[in-house]
Amino acid sequence: GRRLGEREALVINDPDFQHEDLNFLSRSQRYEQAIRKSSLMVMKLREHGIADPDEIYWFKSFVHRGRPEPLDLHLGMFLPTLLTQATPEQQDRFFMPAWNLEIIGTYAQTEMGHGTHLRGLETTATYDPATQEFILNSPTVTSIKWWPGGLGKTSNHAIVLAQLYTQGQCKGLHAFIVPIRQLGTHEPLPGITVGDIGPKFGYDEMDNGYLKMDNFRIPRENMLMKYAQVEPDGTYVKPLNDKLTYGTMVFIRSIIVGDSARSLSRACTIAIRYSAVRHQSELKAGEPEPQILDYQTQQYKLFPLLATAYAFHFVGAYIKDTYRRISGDIIEGDLSELPELHALTAGLKAFTSWTANAGIEECRMACGGHGYSRCSGLPDIYVTFTPSCTYEGENTVMMLQTARFLVKSYTQVSSGQRVTGMVSYLNDLSRQRIQPQHVAARPVTVRINDPISLVEAYKARAARLVEAAAKNLQAELNHRKSKEDAWNRTSVDLVRASEAHCHYVIVKLFTAKLSEISNAAVRAVMTELCLLYALYGISKNTGDFLQAGILTDTQVNQVNQHVKELLAIIRPNAVALVDSFDFHDVHLGSVLGRYDGNVYENMFEWAKKSPLNKTEVHESFHKHLKPMQAKL
Amino acid sequence: CFRNPVHMDSVLSGVNPDLASERLTASFSVEKLTARLDGGAEHTRMRRAIVEAIESDPAFSRENQYFQSQNERYEAAVRRAVHLQKKMREMGWTENGPEIKYIYRWLSGDIAFLLHRVFMRSISVLGSDKQVAKWIPLATEHQIIGSYAQTELGHGTYLQGLETTAVFDIATQEFLLNTPKISAMKWWPGDMGRSATHTVVFAQLYVHGKCYGVHPFIVQIRSLQDHSPRPGVTVGDIGPKMNFEHTDNGYLMLQNVRVPRENMLSRFCEVQPDGTYVRWGSQKINYFTMTTVRISILSDEVILPLMKACTIAIRYSAVRRQSKLKPGEQEAKILDYQTQQQKLLPQLAAAYAFHFINIYLHELFDRGYQEIQGRNFDSLPELHAFSSGFKAMVTQYCTSGVEICLRACGGHGYSLLSGLPSLYTRVLASCIYEGENTVLFLQTARFLIKCFMAASAGQPIPPSVTYLSSAKPGKCPAKDKLDFLSPDVYLKAYEQMAIRSVTKLQHLIQSGAEKHEAWNQCTVQLVKAAQAHCHYITVKIFVETVEKLDNKAGIQKVMKHLCDLFALHGIFSNAGDFLYDGYLSGAQMDLVTASYLDLLAVIRMDAVPLVDAFDFTDKSLNSALGSYDGQVYQRLYEWAQKSPTNQQVSPAYGKYLKPLLQNRLSKL
Repeated sequence: GRRLGEREALVINDPDFQHEDLNFLSRSQRYEQAIRKSSLMVMKLREHGIADPDEIYWFKSFVHRGRPEPLDLHLGMFLPTLLTQATPEQQDRFFMPAWNLEIIGTYAQTEMGHGTHLRGLETTATYDPATQEFILNSPTVTSIKWWPGGLGKTSNHAIVLAQLYTQGQCKGLHAFIVPIRQLGTHEPLPGITVGDIGPKFGYDEMDNGYLKMDNFRIPRENMLMKYAQVEPDGTYVKPLNDKLTYGTMVFIRSIIVGDSARSLSRACTIAIRYSAVRHQSELKAGEPEPQILDYQTQQYKLFPLLATAYAFHFVGAYIKDTYRRISGDIIEGDLSELPELHALTAGLKAFTSWTANAGIEECRMACGGHGYSRCSGLPDIYVTFTPSCTYEGENTVMMLQTARFLVKSYTQVSSGQRVTGMVSYLNDLSRQRIQPQHVAARPVTVRINDPISLVEAYKARAARLVEAAAKNLQAELNHRKSKEDAWNRTSVDLVRASEAHCHYVIVKLFTAKLSEISNAAVRAVMTELCLLYALYGISKNTGDFLQAGILTDTQVNQVNQHVKELLAIIRPNAVALVDSFDFHDVHLGSVLGRYDGNVYENMFEWAKKSPLNKTEVHESFHKHLKPMQAKL
Repeated sequence: CFRNPVHMDSVLSGVNPDLASERLTASFSVEKLTARLDGGAEHTRMRRAIVEAIESDPAFSRENQYFQSQNERYEAAVRRAVHLQKKMREMGWTENGPEIKYIYRWLSGDIAFLLHRVFMRSISVLGSDKQVAKWIPLATEHQIIGSYAQTELGHGTYLQGLETTAVFDIATQEFLLNTPKISAMKWWPGDMGRSATHTVVFAQLYVHGKCYGVHPFIVQIRSLQDHSPRPGVTVGDIGPKMNFEHTDNGYLMLQNVRVPRENMLSRFCEVQPDGTYVRWGSQKINYFTMTTVRISILSDEVILPLMKACTIAIRYSAVRRQSKLKPGEQEAKILDYQTQQQKLLPQLAAAYAFHFINIYLHELFDRGYQEIQGRNFDSLPELHAFSSGFKAMVTQYCTSGVEICLRACGGHGYSLLSGLPSLYTRVLASCIYEGENTVLFLQTARFLIKCFMAASAGQPIPPSVTYLSSAKPGKCPAKDKLDFLSPDVYLKAYEQMAIRSVTKLQHLIQSGAEKHEAWNQCTVQLVKAAQAHCHYITVKIFVETVEKLDNKAGIQKVMKHLCDLFALHGIFSNAGDFLYDGYLSGAQMDLVTASYLDLLAVIRMDAVPLVDAFDFTDKSLNSALGSYDGQVYQRLYEWAQKSPTNQQVSPAYGKYLKPLLQNRLSKL
């Protein structure tokens, strides 16, 4: 692959961080390797005196090659939560020990029976003023904490989310620092039942765990009390502002959008490089077998995904920038932009993770049988990425959150107010009100070679679907008493509206990015990708565009035709476009996606190391086959 | 409502009330539907007896499979295969008996020697009577274990591209087999990596320097004494895959390996001692095996996983509660959310649709097989087109269906203990093996275009495609959302759409400059045309099946709902194709959507009984989320505790964590 930088090489070639190919190890072995590397990593960080979070992150990504590891929750959730929600006194007690890994912590929120709907959590923390302690309990099987990473085997502390009861009243969810294992022996403390939740689709090196608490007592000072507080006599003091948690959610979801872009980019890199190496069948009789990348069907599978990977990359950067820009305002107490950003990131998190999830699978399928082998690296990318459709907010629920904001904006416009930001296209509705037709029925002259014109087409589609969903919701409300019931009966429409809105935002952001690219050749190829992204999206959703009268049958033909032309135009740049993602072979972890393209000989080398090949004759022959043949 | 009898064991262990209540509202008799799916109550009885016999035998338990390594899975599969031989003798079951399909269905492929059976079938179909007489008894008695080596490292679906060679040596009357380069290495055949002693190798036949194309040869690869590879043979396991850990998919390299002339399978062609090449009958017969295999995998390998996934996801959705639909009430079952219904119920409808199309395909192939036995090859092109298109459509649909079920179960779906990840990773392999789906769709498309052109020229075409010549432009007559519950209305829409996709293409292909260029330029649309055709036939067969059902026990009615849902979901999801050229108007599409959403709420009431009717035992589902009694959380908790990560003391703490912690403590 590309020549390693000196610092990168130092980590990657460090003999301490070498081990057998993970594909050949059992789950327990993978966990052990990950823990070994994490422990060594921490020692080395101390040795080198590295303390800057960005540098730690960089170091970690090379040690673990971008894979999950048991300390992820400690570094990513436990420490930051202490920083943002602990009082100075609590920071003194917990932060430095945690920073030094005397305390290894995790973040225990999800329960066996409760996920995205936080208010439904059942774990209780009841304050006992007599002893000034909280009594923690898991009252039912469904209330057992389930899934937290690092909880199963690694952590000795957890931040536990529980319903707070004091003076006989429930005060809602609060966070508590709970020691779970004995320092020194690592044995579970009395009253604590803790373990690993068993094998999963992926995340083999992560000890996702369960935690059951029976009358487990912690001192009053272990409740995170920077905002809400319980005083020694049990008096509850309310937090000042609860919108603040929005900020964290926006931040995490922006990371998932970036992750969608990265994971899809990795899958595209593997599939496109391999498609340039693999030859199959014939295009012209008598000629040698062509590269499969020359088949239109293969291009049609892969190039739109390549365009999507670039689109998501720009969207991820946009959210991050926006978050940085307004996080200053947030600290100042100005939360005015937060609701829109929160609503937008919910939808984009769902949209990008769904698309990337399906895209990774499409890349794998495009590699035929060899994509199914773990040596391709694609099964691993998929199983590692796919839970992001569920964690940090289940995608359908996320789409409905965005829909709630869209409907609210629509209602505001209907009552004569103006809305701003990404939903400002809804303002056009008020002008349309005088005419009895659909908002989108106003003629949009779409020029299919012009990204800016395509943004308008997507805008019209979003407006039409938001309006349709809002009207259907109103109709249901007129029929039924319960708001929730009406909402539920419209939810399929609402999700469609959110998807259309997100799709519009992505096309818009991608298009806007083009003018910022100064290099003419780069701008040209990015424009082709942007057009492909937009046109492919139309060809996959022609129903919406035809039904709303945004496009005619003839234009749909032109769109399909133009998509095919773009495939041929992008073909010569395809490998260069994935090389630009600049993944090292070690990060890619794929024999099919190697930078040097020497696929087949390396597949053979890889297979020879398979555990089943350890001996020339497998022990099963002596144990089972031979006795059977002898008996017959 | 039908009072469906409840399984006795679930009464004793206590069914989760959330699931019990679902069974009280069934609009039909579950037992009657099960019998119908089995093809008669006597089949249901036999199936249950066999399942009972297998499940009561601890040697077949799959409880630990999610915890096992590749090595352990392989060993368990071999052990189970050996045990099965014993069991069959005990029970008086035979390979050709009616029980066999139920046995393998229950085992759901988690057993060794499946390719051994393909080995035997290929000899039966492609071998001469003499070859059958020699090899089949040996294989039946497991004195040899076979595999089937076709795919190579560099070559898959395109058979003509295979590079392995078999050169006839007149002097010794032998074939000399070789793997000329690394990309020609046989790669993927099951049972070959560690188990097989013999394999059928597909190689380019050369006689007197002339290439006669790909032919099958029986090659011994391991010693029958000590199981070591034969001279000139390099063989091993290809390493871990996304699933099939229990199968030793293998690689095979041959260097000057000699087999006698009699080892070329010669039912249809032969190399005579003097090197004369003789052929009887159509060359296409070689493809008939492949064609039938494509159909034979559908039921157990493809449709069954979707049925299981639906069972797991729908039962779990009746138990899982999340958020509130009405203030003050208990949190709602997630099955009551429209978005959840929209994910799962179309998959349920598809599972039924494919069950019926599968029966139809088997009838078609049984007829075809009779004809071919009589050396009448007329129906081969149609059978080939059918097997290609439906294999591609059903595998693609079921794969995405299982994944939808998996993701509809949220976080717990991601646990292997849900059973869903392994169902998914198994079913998705079917999109690739036995022919890559895109290539297969293109083969169907080629057939459709040919037929359409033949019809245009006034020539006769097979009955399954005569609709192509009945193109009449028009508009859909529906005026009300209820009109879309009429099969005539939606069938016509599907038919129009399929005709349009094919006819439109024929113009494009003919207008192209060079034929092969034009073909490649149209392949994206050709795939769509083949999909449209298969989708149409599936809806049509579903409609015809429902019409033939009698409405005792409420079965016809509930099947009609599912048929409507399958059809309308297809229109809703491919709206553009139906709106294009105005056969359906935008307003009609809104009616389709309304009708489709209404159906979700109707079928919701029967959702759990409809999956109960598939009649999977808890052991065959092997899922913490999908058990009949709905005791999801308890089961998940108890099962997780059996994980090796909890049973064994992890060395990680003592070896790595402790020194890390103490390193710091000592400095304190």
